[in-house]
Amino acid sequence: MGDSQHLQGERGGASASRHRTDTTLRVNGKPHQLTLDHRRTLLDVVREDLGLYGAKKGCDHGQCGACTVLVDGRRVNSCLLLAVTLDGSEVTTVEGLTGEGPTGDGEQPHPLQQAFLDRDAFQCGYCTPGQICSAIGALAEAAAGHPSRVTDPRAPSGRAVPLDRDEIRERLSGNLCRCGAYPRIVDAVEDVIA
Amino acid sequence: MKAFDYVRATSVEEACAALAARPGARFLGGGTNLVDLMKLGVEQPVALVDVGRLPLDAVEELPDGSLRVGAMDRNSDLAAHPAVRDRYPALSQALLAGASGQLRNAATTGGNLLQRTRCPYFQDVSKPCNKRVPGSGCGARDGVHHDHAVLGTSDHCIATHPSDMAVALAALDAKVELYGPGGAREVAAAEFHRLPGDHPEQDTEIRPGELITGVVLPAATGGLPSLYRKARDRASYAFALASVAAMLQVTDGVVERAGIAFGALAHRPWRARVAEEALVGAAPTAAAFERAVDLELSAARPLRDNAYKVPLARSLALDVLTRLAEPART
Ligand SMILES: Cc1cc2nc3c(=O)[nH]c(=O)nc-3n(C[C@H](O)[C@H](O)[C@H](O)COP(=O)(O)OP(=O)(O)OC[C@H]3O[C@@H](n4cnc5c(N)ncnc54)[C@H](O)[C@@H]3O)c2cc1C
Ligand code: SF4
Ligand code: FES
Ligand code: FES
Repeated sequence: MGDSQHLQGERGGASASRHRTDTTLRVNGKPHQLTLDHRRTLLDVVREDLGLYGAKKGCDHGQCGACTVLVDGRRVNSCLLLAVTLDGSEVTTVEGLTGEGPTGDGEQPHPLQQAFLDRDAFQCGYCTPGQICSAIGALAEAAAGHPSRVTDPRAPSGRAVPLDRDEIRERLSGNLCRCGAYPRIVDAVEDVIA
Repeated sequence: MKAFDYVRATSVEEACAALAARPGARFLGGGTNLVDLMKLGVEQPVALVDVGRLPLDAVEELPDGSLRVGAMDRNSDLAAHPAVRDRYPALSQALLAGASGQLRNAATTGGNLLQRTRCPYFQDVSKPCNKRVPGSGCGARDGVHHDHAVLGTSDHCIATHPSDMAVALAALDAKVELYGPGGAREVAAAEFHRLPGDHPEQDTEIRPGELITGVVLPAATGGLPSLYRKARDRASYAFALASVAAMLQVTDGVVERAGIAFGALAHRPWRARVAEEALVGAAPTAAAFERAVDLELSAARPLRDNAYKVPLARSLALDVLTRLAEPART
């Protein structure tokens, strides 16, 4: 949506109100009342309106996973979701994963963020927020018994699926890493499972 | 992207009425194809009627033993559903072979069936394409057509349908449920997508204003051994170069029922009726499988750069049929 930058200006203008809708999004626990041009994607809203720059725009077409966030706990490509469709939803970006530290005065990284640091699971870091949100979604899916293409078809339905390296690779295949940090990303995910 | 009106529908009737009231409007499911095409300028709807939250996301067992899948069920949930995994394994496998975890969480059953071709000329508004602009020509025929169709093409279009799910639905004798201005009706999944002929702009048999409300998997194919196999340029997160969905019922050493469909070979999931006919009544031997698949694929008319698809599809089909005939190995 290369033209999304112009929309801010258009909002104040006389453009028909039928092209905008009042929308409530909870993002990282905070409610936001927004009047959204229907064209705006969730990715553009979190980055440009809410100043959350963690989710990245890689391809803007669902092909790279850099924009992955969690909506109501499920991982999605925020570049292909029109924000207006998400009224009332709970959005978690990578910024929302950190918790209060033991002393309550700082930000405690999520265990998966810590594992990415420990394992040096990135080089440029551009894909990393998407990788982390995607992995969190993938772990929840496996725990809920969702199979993947490499899950043994005889595995019982509805039971948590144990994740080996092949499973992790397949389940994270929607996240490209141009630096090729894949082996260490798998290491980091394995760390939080163990 | 052009500005557009947005309506969120809360019932099937309301969705159809909202669409009818706005010429040039489109239904919006998960948006993973439509929003993409809107960014590319290929689709320019004046309004979107959001059907993503319609209460059509259930998977229910019907009294006659069939399984009804709501049109808004997300691809990931359908693939994980115990009844689908246990009774229609090829469908679960086809869904899991498509796209990525993120995309499957958003994509709906209805939207998956109606996703448009990935032909690069279709997606580029500066190029000729009879599907996008009827009469403008087909850029792919003499251009880049490595991924294009080898069966059922026309002079006007050689595109393939990209859905993995639809291939499994065709092989499993599923039906597509529709609701629209003319009321409710059903179309066999294998007949839902069209061949391009003189009207490549029409992908399917859906009529103007119709909404897909669900898909029904028949009792008769439930529980039969079935498999989906897909070949692609990389191990995951890529569209098929060729794929096959097959189910096989063997009784007393004889094939009693066969359902075979190829993906990525044609403008629609290619139900291999010729091969099925050759197999029914025969012993499930390697020779019988080869004869049946070769008979089917003898209709292929590859172009300069896509002849590889024929032997590729042949190997996939033989592998899948052989595994289905030896349940111990599947
Ligand atoms: C990078 C990438 C890779 C992909 N890889 C694969 C792959 O390997 N295999 C594969 O099969 N798919 C693949 N896909 C495609 C994906 O499966 C589809 O985009 C998705 O299934 C579409 O569903 P949706 O609900 O998002 O549809 P939408 O984008 O919402 O809609 C698609 C079309 O259907 C119409 N529509 C939607 N719902 C209904 C309804 N109920 N009734 C009538 N009309 C309706 C819309 O108006 C629109 O024209 C890929 C997509 C991307 C972006
Ligand atoms: S193959 Fe079909 S979709 Fe592709 S350019 Fe030709 S007409 Fe268009
Ligand atoms: S930016 Fe969304 S998938 Fe690439
Ligand atoms: S760390 Fe650079 S793209 Fe992944």
